[in-house]
Amino acid sequence: MNRSMLRRGAPVAFALTLALVLAACGSSASTTDGGTAPSASGPALSGAVRVDGSSTVAPMSEIAAQLFQEAQTGVQVTVGTSGTGGGFEKFCAGETDINDASRAIKDEEAAACEAKGITYEEFTIALDALTVVVNKENTWAKCLTVEQLAKIWAPDSTVNNWNQVDPTFPDEKLVLFGPGTDSGTFDYFTAEINGEEGASRTDFSPSENDNITVQGVEGSKGGMGYFGFSYFEENAEKLTALEVDGGAGCVAPSVETAQDGTYTPLSRPLFIYPSGTAIQQAQVLGFVEYYITNNAQIAEEALFIPLNDEQEAALQAKFTAFQAANA
Amino acid sequence: MSLTQTPPMPTRDISLEGRGEPIGDKIFRWLLLTALLLSMLFLVVLISFLVIKGWSRLDSRIWTNMPNPRRPQLAGAQSAIMGTIWVVGTTAIISIPTGIAAAIYLEEYADRTKRFNQLIEVSIQNLAAVPSIIFGILGLAFIARRLGLGFTVITAALTLSLLILPTVIIATREALRAVPQSIRFGSLALGATQWQTIWKQVLPAAIPGIATGQILALSRAIGEAAPLLLLGGLTFVTTNPTGLDSAYTVLPIQIYNWISLPKEEYQILAAATIVFLLILLLAMNAVAIFIRNRYQKRL
Amino acid sequence: MIKFFLIGCALIAVVTTALIFLSFIQPTWEFFQLVTPMEFLFGTDWAPTFKPASYGVLPLVAATLLISFIALLVAVPLGLASALYLSEYAYGSVRKTLKPVLEVLAGIPTVVFGFFALEFITPTLRWILSPFFDGDLPQIFNALSAGLVMGIMIVPTIASLSEDAMAAVPNSLRSGAYALGSTKRQVSTMVVIPAALSGIVAACVLGISRAVGETMIVAIAAGNRPNLTWNPLEGMQTMTAFIAQIAQGDASTGSIAYDTIFAVGLLLFIATFAMNIFSIRLVRKYREVYE
Repeated sequence: MNRSMLRRGAPVAFALTLALVLAACGSSASTTDGGTAPSASGPALSGAVRVDGSSTVAPMSEIAAQLFQEAQTGVQVTVGTSGTGGGFEKFCAGETDINDASRAIKDEEAAACEAKGITYEEFTIALDALTVVVNKENTWAKCLTVEQLAKIWAPDSTVNNWNQVDPTFPDEKLVLFGPGTDSGTFDYFTAEINGEEGASRTDFSPSENDNITVQGVEGSKGGMGYFGFSYFEENAEKLTALEVDGGAGCVAPSVETAQDGTYTPLSRPLFIYPSGTAIQQAQVLGFVEYYITNNAQIAEEALFIPLNDEQEAALQAKFTAFQAANA
Repeated sequence: MSLTQTPPMPTRDISLEGRGEPIGDKIFRWLLLTALLLSMLFLVVLISFLVIKGWSRLDSRIWTNMPNPRRPQLAGAQSAIMGTIWVVGTTAIISIPTGIAAAIYLEEYADRTKRFNQLIEVSIQNLAAVPSIIFGILGLAFIARRLGLGFTVITAALTLSLLILPTVIIATREALRAVPQSIRFGSLALGATQWQTIWKQVLPAAIPGIATGQILALSRAIGEAAPLLLLGGLTFVTTNPTGLDSAYTVLPIQIYNWISLPKEEYQILAAATIVFLLILLLAMNAVAIFIRNRYQKRL
Repeated sequence: MIKFFLIGCALIAVVTTALIFLSFIQPTWEFFQLVTPMEFLFGTDWAPTFKPASYGVLPLVAATLLISFIALLVAVPLGLASALYLSEYAYGSVRKTLKPVLEVLAGIPTVVFGFFALEFITPTLRWILSPFFDGDLPQIFNALSAGLVMGIMIVPTIASLSEDAMAAVPNSLRSGAYALGSTKRQVSTMVVIPAALSGIVAACVLGISRAVGETMIVAIAAGNRPNLTWNPLEGMQTMTAFIAQIAQGDASTGSIAYDTIFAVGLLLFIATFAMNIFSIRLVRKYREVYE
């Protein structure tokens, strides 16, 4: 590289960078399809809203945050994914305003919140059909019973091959992926399948980020993993969802089977827990109001299973009561 | 860092037999050149792969749009770009004066035989090689928690400043060392104090070298992801920072985020954003080289 | 007066090192109240967040060592050869074209290397190797891809430090050898390398230190599963990847998971600290010999 080339090149590169930076400082383009996003009415708010918790619920909160911030540009909403358990620890220490949860709050967590003087309210904002997935090339496993799943995932399980699950299955190594121990999905799955919350074999690939689980199962022929339904919906071309036999026959996870409850035992509600102290701030109240009032549209945009009409009505009623109580 | 001695002239034709370069030597030379060319080949493959993969997303959406977890075609990295500017800008403001001050002390004032100064030197050399994630742990335990600054721009900037401080100090010392002693002696002989000499003669002469070093240190800071993972960088952020106490995300972490999303469109977006980041770094390095070449003649 | 300010700034480096040590002490102390050092250092099952938990760090250490070893297998030959060529053979315009290649490589962020490992190297390896293996090896997250790419990342470190060491060898040694009729190859291999050996070793040790401390490449390409195995085609979790993973999940002060960050971090810090001190001493020693 000779000097004159550098001389000419460097200012050009510098100018290019400067141009990029200046363009970035300009206003951002619309980030939705336009026309489908519900608008947030009311006075202009400002401040921060800190959301953390379940990685299952996070995509929905992220979409809610994005849509809300488009109308209320002075508010900064951040969504973390520390897991339901990790999120509750921060929530009960007063470090976050809203906790996303894919399971209900535990007694010890409730006690921790009480000790710190944090009050909260539980709102069911969507449904989930916890989905067990296998690789697309896995053509032999279509339906597993709860007993079979328990056999695979039990704490002392030595099942390493698909033919140990069912002798008719081929000789294919079983490669397991799943959520980490801070995850509400982990808690819920182990409680329903293994009978005890937190009881699980330890030799799988855990991650708080469900997308890593998706990548893992996608890339392994004998792979198996579990996560919230929206992650399956998003990657349906690359994964196969197993039907689960909870005692009444094989049921596939879907919007309908989650809403009418036939997908057992793995259908569950998803929650957000706003804290009583945080709600006193106008921007947090505004965000929660937006989230709940438009919850059906947000669920659809985020590929979540919306509540059925009965549950939706109950939610709105609960929120109205909550607003009245905290007015 | 380097002692630049010119290598000896190639002595291809020297041999007792007088038959030119023996075959063994020729093979050896080609083996060595191959090793070096392999690195070049890797770079070519890497850049081609990134550009080809990211081609469809190499457009202005990268800086005009915000991240979108469900619709990749609408996603962009604006919050990460502004976050990077805020964090690295603050890092520069913190680390440049501090690094220069420390280097001035070590080069111009310190008595090298004293234990105290040797301790400082060893600390700097050691810190330069500590894994970046350890700085993340330090930032988490001390700055975010103990000092209570939380997961904000200022925490990230302080942590990154500590991370690049050794590099800044070492580069500044080299620049100061390159200033001829005659300038110092001349100034002192005319009655200036040591500080006046430094401030008015040595520093101005060393500025090009210092600037080059700073830019290179900052370009390292731009590419750091590991320490910021522990400091809240992985939070979903779709707004630009508005102050030092804002939540933030930076380009390398946004790229890491997209890499972990299984949809192929996000991988393409990651590749495109990497190309953007590399162009940014290339521009910074070009500026550094430009400054170095332009001002070297004057000295 | 100003001098105090300057000294203060210089002291920051010492203070930082001290702070790193200090911030590790309390959580590590709490950690070792619950877990014995023997169990930690020699246990083979790493499951700190499960119930019942087990705290044997060996799988993480083994993964770190295996991936670093693969990286060195790539980096030492390539780095040394590049350094030797640049030092003894390259001149003028050739040098000006080739040296920047290494500088550019050194400036690439590690997340880019991680992406390249996951999206290019792993699929290529699978395409090449899967006819030889039943089942799907290499796995989607595996140690070999991460190690190979990490090796390339370290080449500039080893090359530039080795080249400095070679450049410090006095020309008189070379001239003497040429005068006695040696070829360039003989001078390079039998005079320059032995003379620069301590600097070269220091460069390699620093390379190991970088490999051990690298986070992004392994977090992206090597996986999240603590796995005690010597098979590089499987996924495994290194010490750095564990720290990155756990900090994204539960990072509340006081919990045992939070303390594991410090226990593993301390192990990592001590290992790299020891290597760095050793390398710095070596460099000092060889500088003394020729000055």
